[in-house]
Amino acid sequence: MNEKLLLEDGTELEQVFCRPDTLTDVPYHYCPGCGHSVVHNVLMEVVDELDIQDKTIGVAPVGCSVFAYHYMNIDMQEAAHGRASAVATGIKRVLPDKLVFSYQGDGDLAAIGTAETIHTVNRGENILIVFINNGIYGMTGGQMAPTTLPGMVTSTSPYGRDVHMSGYPLKITDLVAQLPGAYFVTRQSVHNPNAVRKLKKAVTKAFEYQMQNKGTCFIEVVSNCPSGWKMTPVETIKYLEEVMFPYYPLGDLKVPKE
Amino acid sequence: MIKGTVKIDAKICKGCELCIIACPQNALGLSSNFNEKGYRYVQLIYDACTGCTNCALVCPEAAITVYRQAKPAKKSQVKSE
Amino acid sequence: MEKELRAEEPRLMKGNEALAEAAIRADIDAYFGYPITPQSEIIEYLMREVPNRKDKKTVVLQAESEVASINMVYGAAGAGARVMTSSSSPGISLMQEGLSYIASAQLPCLVVNVVRGGPGLGTIQPSQGDYFQATKGGGHGDYHLIVLAPASVQEMADFVFDAFRLAEKYRNPAMILADGALGQMMEKVVLPPDGGLPKTPKPWATTGKTKDREHNVITSLFIQPEEMEKVNLHLQKKYEEMQSEVRWEEFQTDDAEILLVAFGLSARICQKVVDLGREKGIKIGLLRPITLYPFPYKRIAELADKVEFILDVEMNAGQMVEDVRLAVEGKVPVYFKGRMGGMISTPEEILQEVEAIHEKQNVLHD
Repeated sequence: MNEKLLLEDGTELEQVFCRPDTLTDVPYHYCPGCGHSVVHNVLMEVVDELDIQDKTIGVAPVGCSVFAYHYMNIDMQEAAHGRASAVATGIKRVLPDKLVFSYQGDGDLAAIGTAETIHTVNRGENILIVFINNGIYGMTGGQMAPTTLPGMVTSTSPYGRDVHMSGYPLKITDLVAQLPGAYFVTRQSVHNPNAVRKLKKAVTKAFEYQMQNKGTCFIEVVSNCPSGWKMTPVETIKYLEEVMFPYYPLGDLKVPKE
Repeated sequence: MIKGTVKIDAKICKGCELCIIACPQNALGLSSNFNEKGYRYVQLIYDACTGCTNCALVCPEAAITVYRQAKPAKKSQVKSE
Repeated sequence: MEKELRAEEPRLMKGNEALAEAAIRADIDAYFGYPITPQSEIIEYLMREVPNRKDKKTVVLQAESEVASINMVYGAAGAGARVMTSSSSPGISLMQEGLSYIASAQLPCLVVNVVRGGPGLGTIQPSQGDYFQATKGGGHGDYHLIVLAPASVQEMADFVFDAFRLAEKYRNPAMILADGALGQMMEKVVLPPDGGLPKTPKPWATTGKTKDREHNVITSLFIQPEEMEKVNLHLQKKYEEMQSEVRWEEFQTDDAEILLVAFGLSARICQKVVDLGREKGIKIGLLRPITLYPFPYKRIAELADKVEFILDVEMNAGQMVEDVRLAVEGKVPVYFKGRMGGMISTPEEILQEVEAIHEKQNVLHD
């Protein structure tokens, strides 16, 4: 990042931000304005800054981010729907000196993979779980997720989520924060620059804790799905602030006592 | 005011406009042209950039490179060589 | 096999325990499993023994389910480890999704199925009812496991080495298809030598991307049909190559007029049938497939030319018999004798069946 730029008036500018080195050159397949890409960027920025490309192994299960390995230039494993934390457990147990993270959506982590999620955290697996909660199944075309809010319209709740029929949105992050194996549990977002800065700090901390063998770090990112929500990216930001965050309040749920 | 600028990779920009609302200087806007993928891409429309990196942080495509005038205090030492 | 290395005295061991001890000696890096009768001794043995082996770094973990176990196996195998799991029928059903992914991602590993009677929760008594599931893929898509069928406690131990050797050679999951009786019974066993299975290089494993190579990706997702077809063609070619690994055993087939075909425990019983029959002057022979995939079609076809009829004996409703019929291609009649739900035919029962068919055949011929 030491590239310099000379303006016509003679002012010398230095590069202060660029695409992370650990991202491949492949353009994202995500829809315009999708939060997935921002979280990918943040993860790879942290990998760059901590210089851990050769130590980091990612797991991306079924969901929009199943192709994460096209973009993240690190060793990666694709996992079956819901099984990312079990796969990550398998990797971490045989390569305890590597840094392992799973990157899971709400359907994956909080519906089909609930058992694996709870038990992985309960064992205190020394991994980072990144949980993207956008309240919808994006990849399959916008169906109801375990985290879909009451009244929220999706293709399988076309009249809005009816909690009497489908139950309540699952605050799984609150659940895992109760488990002794969880070391650091936080709920973040990427809806504005400061949120992205905070997420980056959380990811950095999580990797540092993993290097110190502290236990499971769990980062929920309350994110958007412009296509699934049928909104423009800019409209999703407002929806996040007005509807999603009141139900999924941002902040740390469990911080290490140090 | 610290001077800055951005370089935007128009080829991969999807015109989501998240950088536009993140820019405190209102210096970014959509071009009237389309890129190869059919998106109107973002451009620096006012020379008001301070190099704050806000746009780049929220850019899903990692398409923005940010430049900023070096901070005078630190820079003076570099320049003195 | 490895006889020259065997200096050890025979031991009296349970099949499950012999298998577990062989796994330790095969230097497995990890075992992930979930208890289920009749194979829980495997994880119990490993949990008890591994901490006493200071030279071993084997990970033994009791997972929250068979679903988690097989996915831990996926992760560890993808990371280059020699890894295994074990279960019994209902648990193996839960693993089928994972096995399909493992087969597609071409990860070597060992899955042990100590089969019990089904369907459903069934019974904990021995069965061979999972033959179809084991040999025809089991999960979704076109794939095969390498399947070895032990017939003794000795083979429960030996086949751990053979299974890993084949799995690593072909980058394919291997299965030991045993049954509840083989798992539970005690027999004399000479254990394979500790450390007798050298590790193989796995340059494709996700061990952390270094500067000197591209990033390694373990995946079973090939969304472009052209690419998916290519992967399938590669798998099919691999399965074709695997056919050379086919193994079987024959007893008194040289002059046999009647051929029994049976695997695993049924083959042990059929050996007795051969003896009983020959005492009565009936020339019975036995072919016992050792690998169920690949299957000894060719040898069975050859023997079919020489015998009057074939009786296939299994502990199920007739599964391998379909492969036997495929091999025989209608050249001679193929009969089936089996019991289900954890019941086992006695040698006398099978011999009676042989005699009845023999008589019927003679009537037809006269």
